[in-house]
Amino acid sequence: MSDPQTLASLTRPSRTPMLTKLPGLLEPHRIILLLIFIVGLVAAIQLMDWSWLPRYLPKLWEGLQMTLIMLVSSVVVGFLIALPLGLAQVKGAWPLRWLATGFCTVIRGTPLLLQLWLFYFGLGALFGQFPEIRDSWAWDYLRQAWPYGFIALTVSFAAYQGEVMRGAFAGVPHGELEAAKAFGMSRRKVFSRVWFPRAVHRALPTLTGEIILQLKSTPLVATITVMDLYAVITQVRQTTYLTYEPLLFLVAVYLCLSGVLIVGLRWLENRVPQH
Amino acid sequence: MANVPAIEIRDLHKQFGSLKVLKGISLTACQGDIVAIIGGSGSGKSTLLRCINLLERPTSGEIAIQGEPYRMKDARHGGLEIADRRQVQRIRAHLGMVFQNFNLWPHRTVLENVIEVPIHVLGMKRDEAIHRAEELLNRVGLGSKKDIYPAVMSGGQQQRAAIARVLAVDPLAMLFDEPTSALDPELVGEVLSVIRDLAAEHRTMLLVTHEMAFARDVATHVVFLREGIIEEQGPPDQIFGDPRSPHLKQFISSVA
Repeated sequence: MSDPQTLASLTRPSRTPMLTKLPGLLEPHRIILLLIFIVGLVAAIQLMDWSWLPRYLPKLWEGLQMTLIMLVSSVVVGFLIALPLGLAQVKGAWPLRWLATGFCTVIRGTPLLLQLWLFYFGLGALFGQFPEIRDSWAWDYLRQAWPYGFIALTVSFAAYQGEVMRGAFAGVPHGELEAAKAFGMSRRKVFSRVWFPRAVHRALPTLTGEIILQLKSTPLVATITVMDLYAVITQVRQTTYLTYEPLLFLVAVYLCLSGVLIVGLRWLENRVPQH
Repeated sequence: MANVPAIEIRDLHKQFGSLKVLKGISLTACQGDIVAIIGGSGSGKSTLLRCINLLERPTSGEIAIQGEPYRMKDARHGGLEIADRRQVQRIRAHLGMVFQNFNLWPHRTVLENVIEVPIHVLGMKRDEAIHRAEELLNRVGLGSKKDIYPAVMSGGQQQRAAIARVLAVDPLAMLFDEPTSALDPELVGEVLSVIRDLAAEHRTMLLVTHEMAFARDVATHVVFLREGIIEEQGPPDQIFGDPRSPHLKQFISSVA
């Protein structure tokens, strides 16, 4: 990374102080990449048809919100389920361990799309057959599509992250737990003060990847009529007969979301140096 | 009070499966005693130390800390198990242990490592714990490192931080499990000098070590363990200057 700088300072010694002070973005190769990007962006704006954008902005905004709701809720709830799943696999009694391992294996071994459809078309239709459910307050939710999207995404995230947490719990060095024990911590304290935070910390790099994958799984809910960003874009394509512009817009939005997630989680990771 | 031994071990046996590691150890450490436990690899010295705070559960025998015996009960498959977890936790909190591999908590800064037990086990107020921890870190020469994480420190610094962590609970007795064995040779000195300082204060210590010169220098009592029994014990000058057992003679000449 410092190569262009050192090279520059060798060839043009008089400007060394200024060059070394340049922020990372202004290194020569980055400037070129940035220029290419800007040219592409300007070309896309000038040469393509974006007249639909203002008209659909409110809908797109709603779609983005739905995408984010799906992502955040399934990640948060899925993670909360993943903790006992991981713990049960590491330390549970055999029935629990067996259940948790079975759950993770089945869910991870089948396509998310299939699970989504089984929940929506299977469970959804099943619920409708019971008058007790149809007449209850829950029907207001169960007749909509998004609860099934949320359930499928959550279950999937829980299974993948459960496996990650299993590794993370098992991987905390024994000596660190033993030290906690040797200082008179109760089992609960050992867990809450050392085992759990260490496991989460160890799982963070993988968690980042899982969350990005989860973001990219959210468009699947469009197949069961949940109006997320992808569904809105599909609608745009169908009414405007445009292909590339809406899709490019989608690319840009997902890239931005991934970027924000990566930067945020990287910051979390780097707060504590690893071995 | 003064006559109650800090640590009293009576006829301690420990067995892993069919392997007998400790075969009847009796040992008493009074207030201010510095007991060095030496012996070859596999002689059971680490196991003995780890039995004292019940990190290993003895197969039989009795251990009393400050006159209070651990309440144990017979386990279903032989051996003993803890009968009163609360009691064990309370006693452990006052027996500081220093590990071979330091075992600092890497997700906490040095200062946080030192205040962890006082706050979350002993219930000390945070301000007071921080104040004391800063003093202790200054003492072990880490005053300027209090806000960094263990992963970026040298082994010697980590071990000194681990010693500060033990001092923070104001222990009845300190248990050192080969505190310098995992260190690069040039870092051994800084840790030993911290321990030497503590010895000068007449803190009660049990020290499993391979540093014979150091043991001779600071210990008040030396125990030579071989194949799970105490083969010889006595004041350091006698153990190192005039060993009786042929095994001890051989051991001393082999490590010197």
